[in-house]
Parts: sequence; C-alpha cells; structure tokens
Amino acid sequence: MDNFKVMVVDDELDFLETIIKRLKARKIEVTGAESGQKALELLAEQDYDVMVLDVKMPGMDGIETLREVKKRKPLTEVIMLTGHASVESGIQGMQLGAFDYVMKPVALDELLEKMRQAYERKLIQEGKV
Amino acid sequence: MEEKYYRKLWWDIILTTLGFSVIPLFVLGLVIYLQYSVSYSAKITESLKTLAENRVGAIDLFFDERISQLTTLANTNPLEKLRNEDYLNRVFNIIQTRSKSFIDLGVIDEEGNHLAYVGPYYNILKGVNYKNEEWFNAVMASGVYISDVFMGFRKIPHFIIAVLVREKTNIWILRATINSDIIENIVGAAQIGKRGDAFIINRNNVLQTTPRYSGALLSTPNTPNFSSATGLNVEEIDYQGETSLYSTNVIKAKKWVLVIREDPKEQLTPLLRARYITLLICGAGVLLIIVGAVFTTRAMMKELVRMERKKAVSEDLAMQSSKMAALGKMAAGIAHEINNPLAVIGEKAGWLKDLLHEEDLAQSPNFQEFADAVSKIEVHINRAKKVTHRLLGFARRMEPVQEKVDINAVLDDTMPVTGTSIFKRILRKGFPKPPVTPPNCSRFFSIFSTTPSTPLAKMGRLRSRPPILPRSIAWPWKSAITAPAFPRRCWIRFSTPSLPPRKWAKAPGWDYPSPTALLTSWGEE
Repeated sequence: MDNFKVMVVDDELDFLETIIKRLKARKIEVTGAESGQKALELLAEQDYDVMVLDVKMPGMDGIETLREVKKRKPLTEVIMLTGHASVESGIQGMQLGAFDYVMKPVALDELLEKMRQAYERKLIQEGKV
Repeated sequence: MEEKYYRKLWWDIILTTLGFSVIPLFVLGLVIYLQYSVSYSAKITESLKTLAENRVGAIDLFFDERISQLTTLANTNPLEKLRNEDYLNRVFNIIQTRSKSFIDLGVIDEEGNHLAYVGPYYNILKGVNYKNEEWFNAVMASGVYISDVFMGFRKIPHFIIAVLVREKTNIWILRATINSDIIENIVGAAQIGKRGDAFIINRNNVLQTTPRYSGALLSTPNTPNFSSATGLNVEEIDYQGETSLYSTNVIKAKKWVLVIREDPKEQLTPLLRARYITLLICGAGVLLIIVGAVFTTRAMMKELVRMERKKAVSEDLAMQSSKMAALGKMAAGIAHEINNPLAVIGEKAGWLKDLLHEEDLAQSPNFQEFADAVSKIEVHINRAKKVTHRLLGFARRMEPVQEKVDINAVLDDTMPVTGTSIFKRILRKGFPKPPVTPPNCSRFFSIFSTTPSTPLAKMGRLRSRPPILPRSIAWPWKSAITAPAFPRRCWIRFSTPSLPPRKWAKAPGWDYPSPTALLTSWGEE
C-alpha cells in the first residue's frame, strides 16, 4: 500500500518532528530535513518519491530548493507547503513542476491524500519513461 | 494664507502681463509720434523757408527791374532832353502803358533843384529843393538809392528810387516814386491762413508795409525785433504770451527784412490730431490689455485652484491607499506568523489523537475527556485557520485586472470577518457576475460594512458606477440597491484607492461613508 518514500522539509522543528512521527505511525517511510540545503544533501544519497516542501524558509527557500530538486531528480514529486494564502507562490511552484500546493495549517489526512496522488503520478511518469 | 498667496500670484501675473504689453505699446506710440512730429515740423519749416525765399526773390527782382529801367532811361537820354517836361511826360507815359510801378518821375540837379517833374503832385513838388533831404545826400554818395518808406513833402507814405547820372560837365539825378501797392501785394501773398501775417521792416524796425495784425505802416511792429536779421531763418518764438513761427529773410536791394509770421496751432493741427489719435489708441490698447489680462489671469487662477484641489484630493487618496496597503501588509504578516504555530499545534493535536487510538489509554477513566479535548482543539484550530486565511485574502495585493467573480461568494467570505449582515437583506436576490477584481470587492464590502462614521447622513446620497466597468455594461448593483428596500435612488461606488469617490472624499472627519449610518437614516435596520 503506502510503500513510498517521503521527505518533509520545514524549518519549524516542532512541526517537522510531529509530522514525521505521525507519518511513521501510518507506516510511511519518511525522512525530515530542516533546510533546503539539508534536503538536497539527503536527496543526493538516495531517491525519494514525494517531497513536502515548505515555501518560506530561511536560507535556501522552497522555490529555490524546488528548482534544484527538479534539476537533479526530475521524477521526484513535490508538494508545496505554504503559509501564504496567495496563490502566487503556489502557482509559481506548479509552474516549476510541483505537483500541488497546500496551505498551512493542513489536516494530515488531506496531506496524506495529496501524497498518494503525487506518488500515483510518479508511478505513471516512471511507466512512461 | 492660501488666499494671500493666490492674491499675490494674481497681482504678479497681472503686473507682468501689463508691464510687458503696455510698455512696448507706449514706446511704439511715442516713437511713431515723435518721428511724425519731427518730420512734420521739418516740413512746415521747409515750406516757410521756401515762402520767405520766394517772396524776397520777387521783391528783389522788382527792385532790380525798376533800377534797370531808370538807369537805362537816365543813361540813354541827355539831361537837356529830359529836363524838357514834355519829353519827360512822353517817356513817362510810354513806361506807364506797360507797368504802373512808377507814380511819378523827376529830374533834379546837383543843387537839389527840381528841374522837371511829371506826376500827380506837380503843384507840391515842382518848386521843392531836395538839397537837405536824406535820400538826396545818399544818392549823391552812392549813385543808386532806394529809400525807406517816408511821408516826404506830399505827406503820403511812399518810397523812391533815385539814380545819379554823371555827364561831362554836370551831375543830375533821375528820381522815381514807386507804387508801394506792388510791394504790399508781393508781401501780402505770404499772409497764410487765418492768423498768418507778413510784412517788411527796415533796419530801424519800422514797418515798411501794412501788416494784417502786427501794427500800422511806419510804426514798430508788435513782434520781436528782427531788424538785425542777416539771412534766411525760421524759428518758433514766444512773444507776449503768444507762440508763433517766424520766418525772416533779407531783401538784398535795400537790406529790408521780410518777416512772415504763422500761427503754429493752425499749421500744426494735423500734428495735434496725430497726438490725440496716438493717445486715444494707446489708451484703448491699455484698456484692452488690462481687460484681457484680468480675464486670462482669472481663468488661469481658476484652473490653478482646480488643479490644486485635484492634487489635494489625489494626495489624500494616495495617503488613504498607502494606509490601506500598510494595513493589508500588517494583516498578511500577522496571518502568516500565526499560521506556523497553528500548524504546529494542529500537528501536535493530531499526534495526540493518533496516540489516543494506539495506547491502552482507552481504559483510562478520562479517555473520553482526552478525546473531546483533542477534537475541540482541532475544531478551534480550523476556526483560527479560517480567520487567518481570510485575513490573507483581504491583504492580497490589489491589481486592476478584470476577471469573473462571484460577488455572492466574496460576500459570504467577507461577512463573517466583519460580522455584518446588513447586505444580506439588500443582496438577497443574489448578484450576477460582473467582471471585477475579487480583492476590490472584498475590500469594499468590508470597509463598507465596518467604517464607523456619521457625516454621511448629511451627504444625502451616494453616487456611483464602478469606473472599471464600461458604461455599456449594466451595473447590477444599481438594480440591486434601488430595489424596494431603498426608497430613493442610491448608487454605490467602490471605495478603493484606484476608484476614487470623487464627490465625497473631501468631507471632513471620515474616510469612507458608513452604509450603516446611511441605511439607518433611510429607515433600514
């Protein structure tokens, strides 16, 4: 069933810790990264199917990280996590190849559903390739 | 302060305009008048000079001819012949047939005895001895002599020409009396106009002809003394309170002085008329310029004031707009910052919920309480989330783009934030979907339903049509708001900075009208 590998990137450590615990409780293989830089390092070590990426982070922000991810591992599906209600950063992210965007705070089930959809798309994309 | 500034500006403009228009006008008028005056005066002087020259020429010619006549007569006839009065009479008659210049002729010997005489005064003059007369001595000395006008033995004003003849043995004189009418006529021709005068004076300033106004024959003329004049001259002289133009010239044959006097007023009438016309034109020009300047300046000042007002209004609106922008930014900042902790709380609550299901806490007597508390936390996080998301929506940048928007949805979104339901009644029917920007709508409704202000009731009515809509598009609000709920016609304008409420932006004390107050004043709850 949900045997896909997920990476959550957020500078808010409390949020990161808790969401990892909850996803793990749902038997999802999840890794956390507290910055864009860290996420890229982890991505270099192994592939991830879905990436949940906070837009607003100190240092390398979500959009920049997304750009790098798509450059290095184009098949990784990315869900943007935004504190802005403005559609702009979400739309910008989608133009850069993100799968979708969700607004904080988000219910975990909702996020999980998005992840599953993203993973499905990834499978389809891989099949094509 | 402002009034004073405008007044000063008004004067500045008026004075500058007048300065730059009136000064050239006056300079032009003055220069033209002076040029005209100079050339006209020169012309008058010239004509006076010509007249004087011309008259003197005529007199000199007359004298020359008379002298030639007498000289010829005296030198072609011996004394023996001429002292015969019959012969002299014959000669005189021959002369008289062609010219009446001579009144009489006489032959006088060197002793002054009248040898022969023909003429009207035979009885008086025949026996006269001229030895002691002034003219006799003069002619004996100079050979040819023209006398001044004098009374003589006949007691009538006259003058004579005498020619001295030297023969081998004797010396004698041929003397003629000249008809002074001829001189009078020549001089009289120079009496120009109504006040002009002309006369001849001798070197003693005694009148030799009869002037029109300037005195009697053989008296001193009531003019300046020109007896010592040396040649042709014209000048304007004030004499006894009267200004006259005097032209003088010297008669060569006798050293008399011809004086022509003219009234400058008469001569200079065209010049005076030119002066009046110039003054009149200048005056009319100045008047016209003043009127023009005043009108132009008034129009200019009006426009200036209008522009200033417009500027003030737009500055006000810009300030309002920046206030709104700041407010929006602040709202966005707050919402964003709240979202992060909210997300953490949400996750933590979720985690608690997860744990509650896993552990054997189910047996705990307080399990239900825990579960209730967690789900309440989630409910209220959702509430808070809605609020922050609305705040973010409110703060979104306003862009003047047109897109389809469901005003009902915007209303539903906005009303819970502002907590006003006044529109629900008005807008019961629901709106069609006009193309307006959602943030504008949202902002409008929120402002419209929350701004606390009172002066609106005084304004009477709102006017409006959202300017981003072309006039051809029927604005649905109009129908909505003039619906039966409203007794009077009421238009509403978007109160966003990009759509300035022109008429009611300047009322003191409030930024935007309160629809609540408005509706209350109309009897609406």
